[in-house]
Amino acid sequence: MRRELPALLAFGAAMAAIPLIVSSEYLMTLATLALYSALLGISWNILGGFGGQYSFGHAVFFGTGAYVNAVAQVRFGLSAWAALPLAVCGGALVGVLIGAPVFRYGLRGSYFALVTLAFAEVFRVLANTFDFTGAGVGMMIQLKPGAGQFQFTDPSGFLWAVLVMVMVGLLASLWLRHSRFGAQLVAVRENEDAARALGVDAFRVKLGAIALSGALMAAGGFFYMQKFNYIDPPLGFGASVSVEALLVAIVGGIGSVYGPVVGAFALEALGQLTTALIGKDPALSVALYGVILILMVAFMPSGLAGLGEKLLRRGERGR
Amino acid sequence: MLRIERLTKDFGGLRAVDGVSLEVPKGGITALIGPNGAGKTTCFALISGFIPVDSGRVEFDARDITGMPPHRVCRLGMVRTFQIVQPFASQTVLENVAVGSHLHRARRSDALAHARDVAHRVGLDADIDRRAASLPIARRKRLELARALAVEPKLLLLDEVLAGLNPTEIDEMVPVIQGIRESGVTILMIEHVMQAVVRLAGYVWVLNHGALIARGRPDEVVLEPAVVEAYLGKRAASTYRTQAAGAGI
Repeated sequence: MRRELPALLAFGAAMAAIPLIVSSEYLMTLATLALYSALLGISWNILGGFGGQYSFGHAVFFGTGAYVNAVAQVRFGLSAWAALPLAVCGGALVGVLIGAPVFRYGLRGSYFALVTLAFAEVFRVLANTFDFTGAGVGMMIQLKPGAGQFQFTDPSGFLWAVLVMVMVGLLASLWLRHSRFGAQLVAVRENEDAARALGVDAFRVKLGAIALSGALMAAGGFFYMQKFNYIDPPLGFGASVSVEALLVAIVGGIGSVYGPVVGAFALEALGQLTTALIGKDPALSVALYGVILILMVAFMPSGLAGLGEKLLRRGERGR
Repeated sequence: MLRIERLTKDFGGLRAVDGVSLEVPKGGITALIGPNGAGKTTCFALISGFIPVDSGRVEFDARDITGMPPHRVCRLGMVRTFQIVQPFASQTVLENVAVGSHLHRARRSDALAHARDVAHRVGLDADIDRRAASLPIARRKRLELARALAVEPKLLLLDEVLAGLNPTEIDEMVPVIQGIRESGVTILMIEHVMQAVVRLAGYVWVLNHGALIARGRPDEVVLEPAVVEAYLGKRAASTYRTQAAGAGI
């Protein structure tokens, strides 16, 4: 792990330097959104990539983070900074609550995917029903610009804030690569029965992974709320966030530490390109994502990170 | 060390294991043999907690472990291998073995160092950085063995580690298994390769149609009529007996 820390720090420093080099607010916002997207992918990758449990309903954690944040601020008058740990813990808790029955009864593969999707839908309906969560109208947090309220007046503030979250996510991923917990999680992904035979408590390991993943995803939801100040049930618990999280991870490279970051920047760039060429049309971007997903799964299952690795190896052999 | 009492398991209408009682003493190698479909692997799955027991009792180290989940059975010191090898395919040999080493070692570096030792013990040094998926079958069998050894078991359940190997590979594997026994690990093995059973095992239990039909020293057991019949069928067995008698064997 120590050998890989310099690379992580270099990445963090390079990203942190963006506002110092780039003066264009547009580019800064773009980098911020890419990092935010990477955060969602990193979260999905911990459960899906390292743990092999493909969730189709990661929005359930995202929405939890956003809503806990909104409720804490609007209903209980807490500050955004106080709401942050609550949102993160909320995401982890929802992860445990979903994981406990689902993993206890050994749901895997497409069943796991469907159940997570169903949980996200249930949460969406619940958020849509109760006035406490703003029902169908959604929730808005008060505009109180200033770092003390996690509403940065300068775009660099948001970039640095989400960068810290991404760094935490990457550190967690690196830790998975170099720890007993991570080794057991990967073993469960590769062959659950063999892992259990070797003394791995598969249930506990998967539960830990979904809690960690849920916590990071909720941080993403918290950040979304602070950046855009508004959340409603489809934004929080709808399928598009779930798809974004898994797409970023799959395009970048499932199970690789930096894959989601690569995937997020690639998709952000592609999104900007198509918008510039064809104009902004939400339906079009969803269709485009669908096509990319099919192509990636069919032709590049190890993602851009996997492709990079392959090229590196070929380069080394060529020398 | 291991004591099984009247173990029974039904799959639908089929009684896969029918009141099996057996004992494995500490030290040495005990074999569980029998024709295909006799219920040997089901026995292993019941003992190690992979499938629930219908009735009966499993005792390990004087402790009732009936119905205990596999990871807890493993922590008590009993580990099984799989007849159809189950490698962590995308991981290297070292990473595979380290999963076992982690049972008693929290630190990654300790586990990797231990895994290296274990890989050396079963003769996998040369393959340590290869992905498990790229190993030929004989090496995969060794990997299966290495992973199980890495948890430092008291009792090792080997499910046909010799099946699918050619005679040379079997000859290479037999000393590895003997080495494990000499290191103080008790072994219960399911095996089809009779020549290896005779060479390795000190005591044999024979299973047919889910029930025990014979037990004893391997060289004696293979001559018992019930055993010969189970393997060859009634008619072939009597033909074989007549011929053997005629030839003066």
